[in-house]
Amino acid sequence: MSIKDLFNRDLKVINLGLPSFRESLDSSGTASVQVEWQPPVEVDPAATHIIAEHRAEIEAANAKVVEIIQRGRPHLVGMAPARTVIPGLHDNLLLHAGPPVTWERMCGPMRGAVIGALLYEERATDAAAAEALAASGELEFAPCHEHDTVGPMAGVVSPSMPVFILKNLEYGNQAYCTMNEGLGKVLRYGAYSSEVLAKLKWMEGVLYPALKDAIAALGEIDLKSIIAQALHMGDEVHNRNRAATSLFYRTIAPAIVKAGDYRGTSGEVLEFINNNDHFFLNLSMPACKVTLDAARNIPGSSLLVAMSRNGTDFGIQLAGTGGTWFTGPAAVPDALFFPGYSKADANPDIGDSSITETGGLGGFAIAAAPAIVQFVGGSTGDALNYTQQMYEITAAENTVYQIPYLDFRGTPTAIDVRKVIEKNILPFIDTGVAHREPGVGQVGAGVLSAPLEPFRQAFEGFAASLDQTTKR
Amino acid sequence: MLTTGHIIQGRYYDSVTLMNIAGKITELDGVQEAAVVMGTPENLAILETAGLLVAEFAEAGSADLLISLKVESGEIAARVVEQVVEELARTRERDEGTTDFQPRSVEGALETVPDANLALISVAGRFAAAQARRALELGLHVMLFSDNVPLEEEIELKQLGQQQELLVMGPDCGSAIINGVPLGFANAVDRGDIGIVAASGTGLQEVSCFIHNAGLGISQAIGTGGRDLSREVGGATSLAALKALGEDPATHTIVLISKPPHPEVAAEIERVCAEIPKPVVTLFLGSPRIVKGFPLFTLEDAARAAVAITRNHDPDSVAGEIEQSDHELKQTAARLQSELEPARLHLRGLFCGGTFCTEAQVVLSEKISPLHSNVPTGGALQLDDALASVGHTVVDLGDDDFTVGRPHPMIDYTLRNQRILAEAANPTTAVILLDVVLGYGANPDPVAELREVLIQGQVAVVCSVTGTDRDPQQRGWVVAALRELGVEVMPTNAAACRLAGEIIQLQEDTSCR
Repeated sequence: MSIKDLFNRDLKVINLGLPSFRESLDSSGTASVQVEWQPPVEVDPAATHIIAEHRAEIEAANAKVVEIIQRGRPHLVGMAPARTVIPGLHDNLLLHAGPPVTWERMCGPMRGAVIGALLYEERATDAAAAEALAASGELEFAPCHEHDTVGPMAGVVSPSMPVFILKNLEYGNQAYCTMNEGLGKVLRYGAYSSEVLAKLKWMEGVLYPALKDAIAALGEIDLKSIIAQALHMGDEVHNRNRAATSLFYRTIAPAIVKAGDYRGTSGEVLEFINNNDHFFLNLSMPACKVTLDAARNIPGSSLLVAMSRNGTDFGIQLAGTGGTWFTGPAAVPDALFFPGYSKADANPDIGDSSITETGGLGGFAIAAAPAIVQFVGGSTGDALNYTQQMYEITAAENTVYQIPYLDFRGTPTAIDVRKVIEKNILPFIDTGVAHREPGVGQVGAGVLSAPLEPFRQAFEGFAASLDQTTKR
Repeated sequence: MLTTGHIIQGRYYDSVTLMNIAGKITELDGVQEAAVVMGTPENLAILETAGLLVAEFAEAGSADLLISLKVESGEIAARVVEQVVEELARTRERDEGTTDFQPRSVEGALETVPDANLALISVAGRFAAAQARRALELGLHVMLFSDNVPLEEEIELKQLGQQQELLVMGPDCGSAIINGVPLGFANAVDRGDIGIVAASGTGLQEVSCFIHNAGLGISQAIGTGGRDLSREVGGATSLAALKALGEDPATHTIVLISKPPHPEVAAEIERVCAEIPKPVVTLFLGSPRIVKGFPLFTLEDAARAAVAITRNHDPDSVAGEIEQSDHELKQTAARLQSELEPARLHLRGLFCGGTFCTEAQVVLSEKISPLHSNVPTGGALQLDDALASVGHTVVDLGDDDFTVGRPHPMIDYTLRNQRILAEAANPTTAVILLDVVLGYGANPDPVAELREVLIQGQVAVVCSVTGTDRDPQQRGWVVAALRELGVEVMPTNAAACRLAGEIIQLQEDTSCR
């Protein structure tokens, strides 16, 4: 708009800075909006300079990544034991949530889950023996993320566990996730008592065969469609999966009955899914994973393909920086605690479930889930504000996932590390809270902002990667 | 009739939205039947029953949007599909301000007010340029109130502004009035046909208020920032503003206010002004001249000339006005001087407005010497210590000496009040010369502030009040209240300075006798 054009229009002002100027505009009856501006994160100025220099290249790479994410078509295509499908998984390897971590640095709940997994695999007969084995150096540990897998909370996956197989029909890549165990004392929160193990055995022996046959009978299940509908029904598919689980249940139930009748287990299988509002979490997570993984290894892109925590560190990965993890200490979430527990009992943030936020769901879509706004301050306005703020740090609005209360605006999708640093706005994550000691389980649920450090590291690491390509 | 199908891939809409749209397009001329649905197996079955299933839909998936039409012609079909796409886009448009969401960036703010056209930026200087650049990239005009923006960044921003044909007011632009809206420190003035381009915020305020108080008004008042007419910046904003006002049909007369520019820039300004088919009153404060018979020496002169030219009055009438006010001024000076003790000899000017301090030196250097200042111009001497007056002293309290870590003295009167008390207690002080600036951004109640320190006493207090009766503080009320406090209020800073100078001269004459 040229200067002359400005003279012919009503002045509408964006006020960045002194709020008193906004008040003056109000009293002169002029339309204006106040920016709650904050200084950018302090980073190495050389990194800022390099990133600014490569702007056109970054924008092009990011556009490519956004297109891949938007076009992703996550479908549930089958089930199998982990060892038979997860690439690179072997009998002495356990997968875990988050960036890499050694046994020595593992937090309580993750150690508990490792113990539980070793008991489940019958590699040890009691907890002490399992701990000794874990510490012996005989076992390897690796992030789920590095094996096309995601796991909620401790995210421990051992070779015998049955996993969902998801396929991105657009790009052909696959992702894997175990079945959700429900609430209470469960392995993912680090519990390993006999009842925990008995449930895992039941899931392997009864739930898995029925689900596997039912999925095989249906061929494939479009998870993108279920998630899109669930957002219209009050889910954000991270802390609330009630609608998505119901939709999944409606889809799978007839097939379970048909496929499982002869076993006489249909009733208990359906009851288990029906009683677990979070059953779909272990499908929404790999749905995001399989969508985002297709966008990995696009040089020059500043967009995130993973955010993940192991209960000790919080790590992120960018589409443009290959397999590099940028990490910093994980924080303890602000949470609503179950009776008898407090923040003192809480473990730092843990789990791969922040893949949902990375994919534009979970905390980024909290405005779609008014039923859980007590986690964010109690009013739907708070939830709307959180989601709206996330548009500030994302590259796109999802073309399929929408927020009804924002007039069906697409969810904020594809976090840009540049925007996080420039605007000093950190991603907003919904989460469950584990007890800091192994074996106790979940103590609450809540929200938190991602820690700054991994983003600062990623910004500078990303700049270094750009610099290298230039020098070559 | 012709049945056609159209697929939009990968866009999900809820069925209520889609039924609404289908309902609308079914009512269009030439459309017999229409369906807009997601391509789920159920919907495909419905289309089949309705006879709206076409071959192209065989490959459609449940994430695809299907438009099926029974229409008179292919042309109509194409038009209807276009309308559906528009309708769908409209469902994603967002209401303005449905929540109290506070954006965190210029781009976030643009989502709330998509037709915003100006960014007013007052964040700390080291961050300000980046924000201004972002605003310009997003197509916004910019008023950059922040100071301490490096010169190179100012040059880059103004180049970007030039490329984008956007106004870049500042950095360090304290005041502007765009489309009648006061921005930053500015006054509520009537709209009219005089345009202002000013490198000085208080200069812009003084001239715009004078014009309003004379019964005319302002079309636009554009601030440029103090460095705009330097050689390095080359007058980028001033030139753009002059051209825009030159072409603006609502502007009859243009006033340009600045310190004397770099000669190369001055030449360019002259060249551009010569091309403008309108009167341009150019004041280079500190470099007096006569233009078309009007003497241009002070801000008041420039404002007076602009008013006269706009009213088609000739220079003689202005000369008459000045003669009259000079006569009154001399009488006032005599009255005030007669009340002073002979030992009181010195002038102490305490200014909030930097340009007023400069103007004081321009006016007083004729009558008083030596004159000291913390920001000397012309023949004035540099004060060793800005906090300690020497002989005749004029101080700019808005200078960095005073403002680091505290609000501008137009807002916070504390520092000047302390200084007023100190100067009044000094037995050699004859005249305390003040400026009071009203308007948006300024202190809401200057009278209450000054009442604390203006105790009737041994010293003459002379003051100008820059403002209008439409300002929140109301100039008329402020003037009356100050007079009640024994202050001699003058219509302009130039007049206040002349009066103060006159008193000092009379006092010196008396003591010499």
